[in-house]
This record gives sequence, structure tokens and C-alpha cells, in this order.
Amino acid sequence: MSELRPDLAVIADHVKPGARVLDVGCGDGELMAVLRSRGCDARGIEIDRGNVSAAVGRGLSVIQGDADTDLVNYPDKAFDYAILSQTLQTARAPDKVLEELMRIGRRAFVSFPNFAYWRVRLSLAWGGRMPVTPALPVSWYETQNIHQLTIDDFRAFVRERGITVEQAWFLTGSRRRGAAAANLRAEHAVFLVSR
Amino acid sequence: MSDDSRFGLARSVTLPGPLALDGGARLSPVSIAYETYGTLDAAGTNAILICHALTGDQHVASTHPITGKPGWWTRMVGSGKPIDPARHFIICANVLGSCLGSSGPASIDPATGTPYAMRFPVITIRDMVRAQAMLLDHLGVRMLAAVVGGSMGGMQVLQWAATYPERVLSAVVIASAARHSAQNIAFHEVGRQAIMADPRWRNGDYYAEGDPPASGLAVARMAAHITYLSEAGLTEKFGRRLQARDAKSFGFDADFQIESYLRHQGISFVDRFDANSYLYITRAMDYFDLAEEHGGLLANAFAGSKRTRFCLVSFDTDWLYPTAESRAIVHALNAAGAPVSFVELSSPFGHDAFLLDVPELNRVVDGFLRAGESR
Repeated sequence: MSELRPDLAVIADHVKPGARVLDVGCGDGELMAVLRSRGCDARGIEIDRGNVSAAVGRGLSVIQGDADTDLVNYPDKAFDYAILSQTLQTARAPDKVLEELMRIGRRAFVSFPNFAYWRVRLSLAWGGRMPVTPALPVSWYETQNIHQLTIDDFRAFVRERGITVEQAWFLTGSRRRGAAAANLRAEHAVFLVSR
Repeated sequence: MSDDSRFGLARSVTLPGPLALDGGARLSPVSIAYETYGTLDAAGTNAILICHALTGDQHVASTHPITGKPGWWTRMVGSGKPIDPARHFIICANVLGSCLGSSGPASIDPATGTPYAMRFPVITIRDMVRAQAMLLDHLGVRMLAAVVGGSMGGMQVLQWAATYPERVLSAVVIASAARHSAQNIAFHEVGRQAIMADPRWRNGDYYAEGDPPASGLAVARMAAHITYLSEAGLTEKFGRRLQARDAKSFGFDADFQIESYLRHQGISFVDRFDANSYLYITRAMDYFDLAEEHGGLLANAFAGSKRTRFCLVSFDTDWLYPTAESRAIVHALNAAGAPVSFVELSSPFGHDAFLLDVPELNRVVDGFLRAGESR
């Protein structure tokens, strides 16, 4: 098995074995496959047809669906964890998606690229151009990231909604870094939140 | 097991019944024609039931006795295929109401000694499934590793999961729906009226004359066949091309290739299918509404299915059982907490895609079934 994407590795290491997990935006199921091997009951939602058939082809319970519209049917607290990795910034209504996540899962992992990362700021402030970085590799006109946010934006966002940050991890590339000045220095963040 | 006459190709059994039907009648005896492939393992864990569509039959992977054509699902069932006799014990039975050996309107009514014709009781999808359960009891198959079907076969799979959840570990529902829409019913009614408008139908009593309503049945098949294909597929295959001529005839001969093709579909169908069976089975499909049986809430149908894994597949060009129908089932399964996989595959073939060459379908079904076997 190839190495997990860094934010997924953080999540995989902190999901309790045997937990019930819903991975929203699960791609081809790489995280789900690892969780399954640790005894988790993992389910997934993915928008891309090719990814879905690849995931189902490897025996994972994945449905083709959209985080914006297909979460409403899950019962309250149906999962120990709801996971939204690199998907929040692609949602049409990120606030509603997060609310659904908090309803469906007892806890939620949310990971996203930090738009206040210094390289991004540099690109915008000095280059005057929308950033294209390893974490944000696609040009403005074709990016799926329609709701860019920063680490501080997320912190304020959950605080306003009475959601508690239980734990947070900050990454640059695959390297973990401390919380100090994370909003400037971290390329990615992973939050574990609950209400 | 090989010398057990219950197993193998072209089998048939007549069970005493009675089978209590949804319509209130009791059917007795109940004949079921079926085939089995492969061998049931000692623990009884490798049985797969395949449910056929409206005009399908038990010859899922064996030569059809009338047409001489290969089985209708050899792309899915066979050596090296997702459903493989080397690994699985495969059962496929002709549905109740059909005409390839199972009890239907052409069967002899023991009360009169003549064919039932329209005196055969109206049946439902659930009645078909109950008859299959009787067959499995006869075969000594308690658990099904999987129930698999497309179109009307998918309806039976859903009905299996709802009616006998404790017997079904995995359910594969392809290009199907949990209820028949007004449009579905409308197309079926056109077919039935075509049959009944044929003077040879004789209110269903045509068996003694040996002169069935072939014209009406052929028209029914022609109309239905259009619904199995996509507009884009028809355009690509036929367009406006003329049939073996250089110019329009200014008459009503089959000028266009599509006309000739449809006429051929209609004419060849009547050789292998009974018109009354077509009436009864389309009626059963029209009556199908799984939510209605469960207080109007589809999720309730799956309340007992928490152990059953589901896999649903739809096709983007299928306008007869569109993706929205599969998605409604997925949402109900999510609400019921059942494990479910779902994908809409891309294919130019319309509803018929489930029978045709769609490699992604095989990959999805194979992965899903194997994951169930490794549990």
C-alpha cells in the first residue's frame, strides 16, 4: 500500500480502532482501506465516478454523492467520526456541510489547505497572482477550491457555531509543525472537532 | 452433489404449496424451472441467487432451448467472471408467471385440466420471491452470499432484502427501482393493450387453437425495446439510414433501418415468449412499490437489513430506471444504517447496459462480491 497523504495519515493515527466512520469526499478510498484494516466500519461518499468505482472495486462501501446534498439522509450520531478531508473548501455551502457533519458524527476530522500560508500570501501580495503551490496546484479558473479559508478563519468559524476544537495538527508538506504562528507557517491543517 | 438430481442445468421441481399470494389467492402446486451452476460448499456459504428481468429466464449462462443463443448474462456469470461457478453455487429460476417452465398462465390448472390463461392469479414481485424461497428450501440453501439482478431482477433483490433479510448477506441491484413510476406503468399499459387488441388474444384463451396473439405481442415488444435503448445509442446505431434501399419508398414498408430492427425484435420475441405471461409479469412490476408495503417509508423496508451489504449501480443513459431511482434507494439505505455502495456508470447503451459490455460494471460487482466473501 502506498503511503497515505499527510493529512490522512494524521487522521488514520487518531481514529480509534473499530470505530464507525463516514469519509465524506473519500476519493478512491485510500484512508478507508487503512481504517478497514484496523477494524473500523468505514463508509464513504465521493463525487467522482472513477474514484467511486475504484473504491467499490476494492470492496469499500462507497456511494457516489455530493457532500452538499447527500448527507441529510444519515441519522443523527450514526458515526463515531465524520471525516471531511480537503473537501470543505470545495463545498458550495461549507457551513451547512459542517453542520451536517456535526449532526451525523459524534466527532469530525476536518482537513484543508491554509490560504494564509506564507507562500500563498507572498504569491498574492508580491506576485499579485492567485497562488499555485503544491497544496493548491490548480489555476484559479479550474480549481475546485471555491471557498478558500485560513486556519484562523476555521477557528473563528467553529467558535461562532459552538463547536469545540479537541485537537489540531499543522503540516507543511508531510512535516508536522507546532501550533505557533500556524496560520502563517502551516500549509495544511487537520482539526478534530465536536459539539 | 453431482449425482443429486436437484442440481444442474434445465432442472424443474413441482412443489405442493400452497403458495399464499399477495392478491389473496393460493397457488398449488407450484412448478419452478431453474438451473444451478457450481457446487454448494460444505458450510453453505457460497450460494448466489440470480434474478432475471421481465423477459429473461433461468438460462443465465447456458444455451437457450428455443433460440439456441448463449445465456443472457454470460458477461457476468461464468469462468473468470465476477460470478464464477468455480467459486460460487449459482441458482437462477424462471420467475412465477413466466413461460419457461415455472407456473404461469400457460400452465395447466389442476381444477380444469386446461391452461389457466387469465384465470391464473395476478402475482407480485414478492410472490416471485416467495416462490424462489420455496425453491431454496427444496435445494437445502439456507443463506445467500448474494442476490443479484438487473431491472426487474433488481426489484426482486430489493424484495429479498426486505422480506428475508436474515437470508441475504449481499444484495446487488443494477439499473432498477424500488417502485414503478407513472411512466413505467404507462409504457407497460401500451404493451398490454397491444396484446389485448389482437383478435387472436381471445381473452387469453388462445392455447388450444395454437394461434397466439403474435402481432400484439410483437408490437408490445417493439414499444418496450425502445425504452431499453438510449436516443444517442439509437442515433449512433441506425441514425436515419435506410434499410437495403437507396431512396424512400413512399409507402409503409420498413424504409428505415430502425424500423426493420424493431420489427425483427418483435417477431423473434414471439417465438420465445407467451403473451399472457407478458401481461402478468408487467402487472407484477407495475404493482411493485416497496415503500408502500412498509408504511410509505422506503427506509422501513430495510429496517431488518442491517447485516445485508448493498451495491447499487445505475447507468447515465438509462431513462427507464434513471439514476434518481437508485439514489432514492441509497438514501433509504443510509437512513436505515445499512452498508451501501452506489455508482452511476457511464454507458451509451441505455437501460440494456446491464446486459452489455460495460467493463466497469464487472469490476464493481467483482470487488463488491469478493469483499463480502472475505468477511
